[in-house]
Amino acid sequence: MKKMNNLTHFSYSKFIWTQFKKNKLAYYSLYLIFFLIILAVLAPIISNDKPIIMKYKNKLYFPVFKEYPEFVGVNFKNFTKNNKEIWAVFPPIKYSPTEYDLASILIPPCKKHLLGTDDSGRDILARIIYGTRISLSVGFIATGISLLIGILIGALAGYYGGKIDIILSRFIEIIICFPTLILILGVLAIMKQSIFTIMIIIGIFGWTGIARLVRAEFLKLKNQEFVIAAKALGLSDIRIIFNHILPNALTPVLVSATFEVAGAILLESTLSFLGLGVPPPTPSWGSILMQAHDYVDFAWWLIIFPGLSIFLTVTAYNLVGEALRDAIDPRLRT
Amino acid sequence: MKNILLEIKNLSVSFFTDYGEIKAVRNLNLTIKKGETVGIVGESGCGKTITALSILNLVPAPGKILQGEIKFENKNLLSLNNEKLREIRGKKISIIFQDPMASLNPVLKIGEQLSEVFVFHTELKKDKIKEKVLKLLKNVKIPNPEIVYNSYPHQLSGGMQQRVMIAMALALNPKILIADEPTTSLDVTIESEILKLLYSLKKKYNLSILFITHNMALLSQIADRIYVMYAGEIVEEAKKEELFKKPLHPYTKALLEAIPGYKNNYKKLNYIPGEIPNNINILPGCTFYPRCKFGKKICYEKDIEIFEKSKNHFVRCVL
Amino acid sequence: MKEYIIRRLLWTIPTLIGITFITFIIMHLIPGDPAALKVRMGTEGLKSDEVARQIIEETRKMYGLDKPLYVQYLKWIKSIIKLDFGYSLKDRRSIKEILKERVPVTLQLSVISTLLVYLISIPIGVFSAIKQNTLFDKIVTIILFLLYSLPSFWLAILLIMFLGGGEYLNIFPIYGLSSDNAASFPLWKYILDRIWHLVLPIICLTYGGLAYISRYARAGMLEVIRQNYIKTAYAKGLPEKIVIFKHSLRNALIPIITLLGYLLPSFFSGSIIVENIFSIPGMGKLAFEAVLSRDYPLIMAIITISSFLTLIGILIADILYAIVDPRISYEKNE
Repeated sequence: MKKMNNLTHFSYSKFIWTQFKKNKLAYYSLYLIFFLIILAVLAPIISNDKPIIMKYKNKLYFPVFKEYPEFVGVNFKNFTKNNKEIWAVFPPIKYSPTEYDLASILIPPCKKHLLGTDDSGRDILARIIYGTRISLSVGFIATGISLLIGILIGALAGYYGGKIDIILSRFIEIIICFPTLILILGVLAIMKQSIFTIMIIIGIFGWTGIARLVRAEFLKLKNQEFVIAAKALGLSDIRIIFNHILPNALTPVLVSATFEVAGAILLESTLSFLGLGVPPPTPSWGSILMQAHDYVDFAWWLIIFPGLSIFLTVTAYNLVGEALRDAIDPRLRT
Repeated sequence: MKNILLEIKNLSVSFFTDYGEIKAVRNLNLTIKKGETVGIVGESGCGKTITALSILNLVPAPGKILQGEIKFENKNLLSLNNEKLREIRGKKISIIFQDPMASLNPVLKIGEQLSEVFVFHTELKKDKIKEKVLKLLKNVKIPNPEIVYNSYPHQLSGGMQQRVMIAMALALNPKILIADEPTTSLDVTIESEILKLLYSLKKKYNLSILFITHNMALLSQIADRIYVMYAGEIVEEAKKEELFKKPLHPYTKALLEAIPGYKNNYKKLNYIPGEIPNNINILPGCTFYPRCKFGKKICYEKDIEIFEKSKNHFVRCVL
Repeated sequence: MKEYIIRRLLWTIPTLIGITFITFIIMHLIPGDPAALKVRMGTEGLKSDEVARQIIEETRKMYGLDKPLYVQYLKWIKSIIKLDFGYSLKDRRSIKEILKERVPVTLQLSVISTLLVYLISIPIGVFSAIKQNTLFDKIVTIILFLLYSLPSFWLAILLIMFLGGGEYLNIFPIYGLSSDNAASFPLWKYILDRIWHLVLPIICLTYGGLAYISRYARAGMLEVIRQNYIKTAYAKGLPEKIVIFKHSLRNALIPIITLLGYLLPSFFSGSIIVENIFSIPGMGKLAFEAVLSRDYPLIMAIITISSFLTLIGILIADILYAIVDPRISYEKNE
């Protein structure tokens, strides 16, 4: 039973946070997302075919972080195998995502390869860990781009209203009408495949929802007294928009942004699945699934693990987004 | 003591929330006699609406009726199943709410919503029902019944909507009409019209009205007997004249003094300091004590029971 | 109400013009000389530069590509009104012909799946809302949420793996619309065979919409049940069934019915993923093939039609809303 204390200092964000925490699933999803971020950042020292630290002839080397001229092209695993002169610490998963081994193609999960291998003998666990980098970076950056464009256009349309609003709203409507997937595919087919193209394209086609949301908030807020007060003080429009109104309009945008990340991750995997995602050999969960299609009869590990990764990540973001939305909704407060 | 139409005994209703159990109504006793207009007055949150809703078992979740008896026509309303309850609702006891716009279904025409009462409570045929509905609309002084019959709620003004609600409530000549703040959301001029309408209908049909409001001044016009509620309890009960002439409870006195112009004091605007309690952590003794001008030690030592201080005048105060 | 519809129609005109304008500009931004592209249809191999240049010049004149842009724009608009989108680069056939073949295929899938979505999700959503917080509701909510986050291409591959042959069950076929010898089947067998082929793709197309609309229906119903007019309905002594079906449902369904309009474009363009995975010769597969083979006229045609349909879909959604919700179309009386 909670106690209703004297709320001497009421912080809106703290309040939303406490409401959010009530949703256990969402809270744990946050942990999952955090874990994925750590996985993505630390991938090279979690899964790699080079040692993290190596002591050879009384010199310390860090092959994961640095290319040493004397060790170019060296297969570290063979090099350190039975060599008593060397002391090396390898990452827990001794495979790099691009390291292929034609003697071990399409092996189901076993002790050597915990999640099996693909048709070039590459370790699936390693590929999934590195795939986290692609998914998360595309997710965050594409959403970031969408946020930038969406907030800008929505704020201008909502704040100024009138003709500007009419023109911008028509513009938003036009963009909404275009079939996103086909356009993205079209652009990707023409341009050089790279992760940056994908981030930008997904971002450029995803801002319309945010723009509409921001516009609605601004329309609501611009007639409130604190805005009139700011204007009376002679503050410039830009200052009013960004320093005064925008912070108040951000809460629903936060919810939208969370769903955008989920959508961007899904979109990136779909594109990779169709063969138009990040170029090989960079691993992406979607591209592993693309390969799986060719071996669908028996290679269940190529299907289950990458699919599960996408599914769990997207679910986690959706859970967080929903819980945030519920936390903000005043009617759901108990 | 005869002529009692409805009797509420020991009613307790609580809301179970994350913050604890909110005791909205505590051991409440109330009676309504035939042809009487009974008023319940108190600040927002004192439990008057919940009391009204309990009569027809319409208390919304997370509220629960914990104990009590509501005697009507020799039955305990709180023990009836849904079938039997439906016979009472709208037919023998009706209720109208505060915001008429929100209380009417926006996608159904007025005629449709009014006809429903007849369709589900009587065996009348369609055309007969339409006749009755149009008559009802005339009875509540709606100028163009035919047009209103075919209109949607949002096409009418607030006053008209409330008249429709009243028509709906009185369609089957109920014995009791519960009016929960019926004029709070209306303009003052419309308010007096609605009150006049209620008064004339009451006379015509010998209706008993349970009138709930936070506005003491209103009750001075229409009520016969008044209950004053505070923090889920009745703190005073008396006939109207008696209450206004000789209020016994400090809260009642404060409410009366808060009426601008009471006892010809137009110079100062009185108010009651403090806030209503949150009904979760209820301290022993008188709940009004923290805000009471006259509070003494005896007030918070023990729980105060309500008793009859003078003839038919009950109060929950030991001063 | 008529005024509302007319006003709404007028608002779509600028958007329509905007769409055609942007589409036209995209077409001309595509790398490659449109005349040269057209020429590739006529001459197989370019004999000599001189000859090629002459042919290109003549082609240019023939197709009016030497006229100023705005003239070309108007010409183009005239031709698309007649549904003449030119010829496919890959196929050499008129695009109109190709569309005539592919659209009915996609329609089979989309119409059936949409029907299923609405038929199943509305009862689920409404029932879930009425029985809020019971075991049924909790389980249904979880399942719907999981379905909502499930990537469609993953589900497709999982279905193929487990139900489509290979090491596991072999119940359903995994490509095409009909078996190879279907042409010789009697009618009833043909229909059964078609249904058998459609099961897996329709599952993939339906589950997403099902999850979305069920949740929408549930949320809408919950919102409505909380309203004061529902309290009034109970207070009038109406039976529970009437309160739910007559009073609550009618209000809760308003936004759902209007969603139908937004589904319109997908009837035409289909699902790129599902049609590709299951090798169904519909619009989705066509779009993907067009993108891969840089068949620009076809791509532009698909984009243009899709955008138009989206715009019309939004229009239909708004008009449906006005028809179903009297608060929008009926003005205040006195």
